[in-house]
Amino acid sequence: MLTIKGLNVHYGGIHALRGIDLEVADGHIISLIGANGAGKSTTLKSIMGLVAKTSGQILWNDKDITNIPTKEVVKQGIVLCPEGRRVFPDLTVEENLRIGAYLRNDKDGIQKDKEWVYELFPRMKEREWQLAGTLSGGEQQMLAVGRALMSKPKLLMLDEPSLGLAPLVIKDIFAIIKQIKDAGVNVLLIEQNAKAALEISDYAYVMETGKITMSGVGKELMNDERVKKAYLGE
Amino acid sequence: MTDRISNKKNITLSIIAIIVMLAAIYVLDIVIKPTSSWSNLMTCLEKGTIYALVAVSMNLLNGFTGLFSLGQAGFMLIGAYAYAIFAIAPEDRATVYQYYEGGGLIHFSLPHMLQDMMGGADAFGGTIGYYLGIILLMIFAGLITAVIAFLIGIPVLRLKSDYLAIATLGFAEIIRSFFQWEGLGPVTNGSNVLRKFASYDSSIFPVLVAGICVAFIVLLINSSYGRAFKSIRDDEIAAEAMGVNLFKHKELSFVISSFFAGVGGALLAMFQNNINAAPFTSNMTYEILLIVVIGGIGSITGSIIGAYLFVCCSEWWLRGLDAGEFLGIEADFMSPGFRKVVFAVVIMCIVLFYSRGIMGTNEFSWSGLFNFFKTLPKRIAAVPGKIKAKFSNKKHKKHTENVKEAQ
Repeated sequence: MLTIKGLNVHYGGIHALRGIDLEVADGHIISLIGANGAGKSTTLKSIMGLVAKTSGQILWNDKDITNIPTKEVVKQGIVLCPEGRRVFPDLTVEENLRIGAYLRNDKDGIQKDKEWVYELFPRMKEREWQLAGTLSGGEQQMLAVGRALMSKPKLLMLDEPSLGLAPLVIKDIFAIIKQIKDAGVNVLLIEQNAKAALEISDYAYVMETGKITMSGVGKELMNDERVKKAYLGE
Repeated sequence: MTDRISNKKNITLSIIAIIVMLAAIYVLDIVIKPTSSWSNLMTCLEKGTIYALVAVSMNLLNGFTGLFSLGQAGFMLIGAYAYAIFAIAPEDRATVYQYYEGGGLIHFSLPHMLQDMMGGADAFGGTIGYYLGIILLMIFAGLITAVIAFLIGIPVLRLKSDYLAIATLGFAEIIRSFFQWEGLGPVTNGSNVLRKFASYDSSIFPVLVAGICVAFIVLLINSSYGRAFKSIRDDEIAAEAMGVNLFKHKELSFVISSFFAGVGGALLAMFQNNINAAPFTSNMTYEILLIVVIGGIGSITGSIIGAYLFVCCSEWWLRGLDAGEFLGIEADFMSPGFRKVVFAVVIMCIVLFYSRGIMGTNEFSWSGLFNFFKTLPKRIAAVPGKIKAKFSNKKHKKHTENVKEAQ
């Protein structure tokens, strides 16, 4: 279980996160929705230790991980699938997956997880030897998710997995996110596509200019008038 | 993807090729070296091999880790001096360090010392001791270079792209001036030439050493470290998010690259038989960068091909142009320096037709080689069309690009 208490982050003079409180319970998909610049990506990056924090605390299963280096965060079982896919274009699909397992030493486990990823994304198996840069956008997103799964995470954080993808592909990806949760991985999801995100999430937070303004069970938030007006376009 | 040749066949072919190559070099060394007319071949082979090693080490940094570093000449200089200083026989020191009292500060030579210990100059054991000394000293040269690279890397590797290039270039120049400093004269002989140090006799020696070093780099690139290097090159943020320690891996790549640049520098010192800090300018780094770019950034094979091509062009094939005679044609207008004009044209042609270098990011493989010869006639036939497409108007160019994409 991940708990964030009163997290503050500054980018130079800009107060990007203003005292965030957030919780990711086990066995749940949690989503974080909000407009551009609300601080969603910053929240994920600060969990990973990719940005410096001003104050606040991040607890992972009651252990303080606020100021440990990224490498240790990954070792603890938290992984980020960054925004805009960011696969390694000049490495093959297979090499991309192996980088995902970079901090692991168990050969058999890695092989097993690779097969699991290929099961989730059969397309990746077909393209095992292809350079990742030559994949289509949807395939690259699948590879990015697969690569993140290769670190055997207990918490998978996805930053805008639907960005720039066709509606049909988005549907596929969200179906797979559900499958991942069913396999016992907690998911923290950031989305601008609020409808799709709220539909699959167990609990959701709404962020506005660095603060969490609302939270609730996914399906309930979908019926909230304010959310409807601001994010669902109704 | 072309048909793959089985692993076993690949290995057998490679072993046969290596043995044939070494035997050929051994024979050539005996037959050709004493004759004057073809001695250029051996010179180019040796210098090309040394440049290939340094180019591959630079490619490890620039092509595989994505660090645009221009310090290679400086690191070669450290390697060359670290080797030469400890390889001058004590009895020769007085003549080499003629401007310094008592023949400088250091008074021993590892190769000569081991030679004496193992039976003297005439005995077989002495020869082994001599070469053992050379090899140990080369490893020492590499290690010294690696240590200095480690120290330089701590501040410099926090910079990115162009800034890193500027900083490494600056450090390389500092190293050069430092070695020329009079205060260090008793050790480095100041700005005077170091000579009369131990060197190899057979051309096989640099080929073997460079071969082993390149093989090590290839193994490194194909290991999990190599994958981490490549992931840093492709996308630093994603690599970090996967748990790759950026600074540690950059430093590792920098240190290993410098180690081999140092070994290359030691080989270069032996090849030239004398060493002087003056020619290790940024110009030398650019030569190596040129080799890497021409061969293909991110291809070991490319760097090796590029190195031989560069050395053969500049030391041999185009030499006649400076003398006013080329391919048997005499022409007075070809004054000294004309070689460089022709060489520039050759480079431009390569860059124009192979925009990603000769090899791109591909590596040598037997199936690739067989395929190359299989499709050669077809591609030669297509050359006129390609040239036409390059120089015709834009509309036509766009059309050919579309056709290419459709294929």
